[in-house]
Amino acid sequence: MSILLYRVDERLIHGQVVVGWGSRLQPNRYLVVDDALAASEWERDLYKLGLPPGVEAEFIPVSEAISRLDSWRSNPTPSILLTRDVESMARLAEGGGMVGETVNLGGIHHGRGKQQVLPYLFLDDEDVRCLRLLAGRGIDVVAQDLPGATPRAVESLLP
Amino acid sequence: MSEDQVRGVVVAHGQMADGLVDAVHRISGEGDALVALSNEGLGPEALFERLENLMGPGPSVVFTDLETGSCALAARVVCKDPVRRAVICGTNLPMLLDFVFHRKMPLETLVPRVVEKGKAGIRISPNRE
Repeated sequence: MSILLYRVDERLIHGQVVVGWGSRLQPNRYLVVDDALAASEWERDLYKLGLPPGVEAEFIPVSEAISRLDSWRSNPTPSILLTRDVESMARLAEGGGMVGETVNLGGIHHGRGKQQVLPYLFLDDEDVRCLRLLAGRGIDVVAQDLPGATPRAVESLLP
Repeated sequence: MSEDQVRGVVVAHGQMADGLVDAVHRISGEGDALVALSNEGLGPEALFERLENLMGPGPSVVFTDLETGSCALAARVVCKDPVRRAVICGTNLPMLLDFVFHRKMPLETLVPRVVEKGKAGIRISPNRE
């Protein structure tokens, strides 16, 4: 299994992911599944500047990620897969390749229409719909901002 | 904050920026030279917006903590113009103290200067070299 963590975090490659999770899991690659970033070279460059030495990042649109999921999992390069929102992770899961996996929710901050669920987690109706879709695909979803924090089953937090 | 001097914004995780700016104020008395911003509870868009609002029209430096962090990403986004704005990562107190006393220098000489001061402030003490 070379995808060490599937994480939803709107900040994508940032301190908690690179230092908090990265120090624990030691990935050599971040797979950023995001349509907007995949289409924007200057934004990709901004994120790459934040990578530790020797660690790579790849930016892939969701539609392409669905077809590459199996190859990433069989590839020996240990990787962390990131999406910025639940909707992108749900679209990725719709490909059917994530049954039995665990998705980590790590940081969705306050925005219009979003209700606070945890200090680092704010969800709107669309997020809840997508989280239920993930559960329906046989995927465990846990909220856990950092490795040392207690994981919370997201199903118990939903309205 | 006088507009003929370089403006400084410290953006960092948790309470680090407030703590650094408070320490600079207590040591130097230059209370208005820097403003602090935390990323606590802010998503990327909100952080970009808050940071942009703190930057003036004149030359400015964003001091941030981790190069890998969301603060540094936001700083790079708002500092796309390298003539008018600069980003420094790995901010420490010696760097900020030098900055507040030399804000009349042009950005292109001020930035390398304060980076060197910051590096020089990291030492084993007493020096055994």
